[in-house]
Amino acid sequence: MSRSARAVVLRDAIGLGVAVGLYGVAFGAAADAAGLDPWQALATSLLMFTGASQFAMVGVLGAGGSGPAAIGSALLLGTRNTVYGVRLAPLLAPRGLLRRLGLAQWVIDETTALAVAAPDRGLARLGFLAGGATIYAVWNATTLVGALGAAALGETAQAALDAVVPAAFLALLWPRLRAGAEEPAVARRVALGGAAVALALTPFVPAGVQVVAAVVAVALAGRPRPDRREAA
Amino acid sequence: MSSGTLWAVVVVGSLGCYLLKLAGLSVPAAWVERPWVTRVVTFVPAALLAALVAVQTLTSGQGLVVDGRLAGLAVAALALALRAPFIVVLVLAGATGALVHLLTT
Repeated sequence: MSRSARAVVLRDAIGLGVAVGLYGVAFGAAADAAGLDPWQALATSLLMFTGASQFAMVGVLGAGGSGPAAIGSALLLGTRNTVYGVRLAPLLAPRGLLRRLGLAQWVIDETTALAVAAPDRGLARLGFLAGGATIYAVWNATTLVGALGAAALGETAQAALDAVVPAAFLALLWPRLRAGAEEPAVARRVALGGAAVALALTPFVPAGVQVVAAVVAVALAGRPRPDRREAA
Repeated sequence: MSSGTLWAVVVVGSLGCYLLKLAGLSVPAAWVERPWVTRVVTFVPAALLAALVAVQTLTSGQGLVVDGRLAGLAVAALALALRAPFIVVLVLAGATGALVHLLTT
């Protein structure tokens, strides 16, 4: 792999990692509001380390939901990471049980996006590891900051954070839709379909579930059909 | 809810989430190397990323919301079309979100 390709992957991974990691402030504040002490907030970020599940858990607790309901909502959103793992396994090709146990903790939205956006397997591993390390470090540090009293984070700073994260996902999606990518026209239809299904389901399912449902719906729409299997 | 109960929720929830991650990495390679599976997974990231973009731009909880995030996304798309570097895209999007917030409050 060329040096410049490595530099690009590293820069993207660290850039996304810092942008996403800063969101830990919001999680820390949400955990505090839900009644978790700072150690419990930090333990959640260290051990659970999957943002949507963490927000779901403290959201249910903060709304007065039961322990099992909080755990259930976290697990429901966590199933997304199982799908990501299937996608990542051939890219990361973890050798040995210990390495697999270690890599598993970093299987989340952002590291998956970084790995699958990379042009080859070596760069996919680099993107996954650099992104995972950056997000893990920043996310845990900012969780503690948020839990210790950054609930008073200015509204303008929060608005800036809110706008950065979707832009980061768009930046990762962009090259897949552009001419020169693998079947960009199909990728564009798939992307539109995924966005439409996710938005349509938002009012009806718990927050986060619509992302899983969108991926499943698009995957089912692209399932093999008898007439095409002959051609393939 | 007592502190002990909260700790139990945190630990049990975290363990479950970890096992879900591990399960995905542990699926035999032969399963994912079937042609139709590779065809599907080629396009799963586009669906996933687009769904995340849509949800993180236009929703808040169960509701659809239009705010500075959409302006930030539009600026980000323009910057990407002009081939701006990743960090520049993020900074422009964040600045736009902050600006819209200042102008609308």
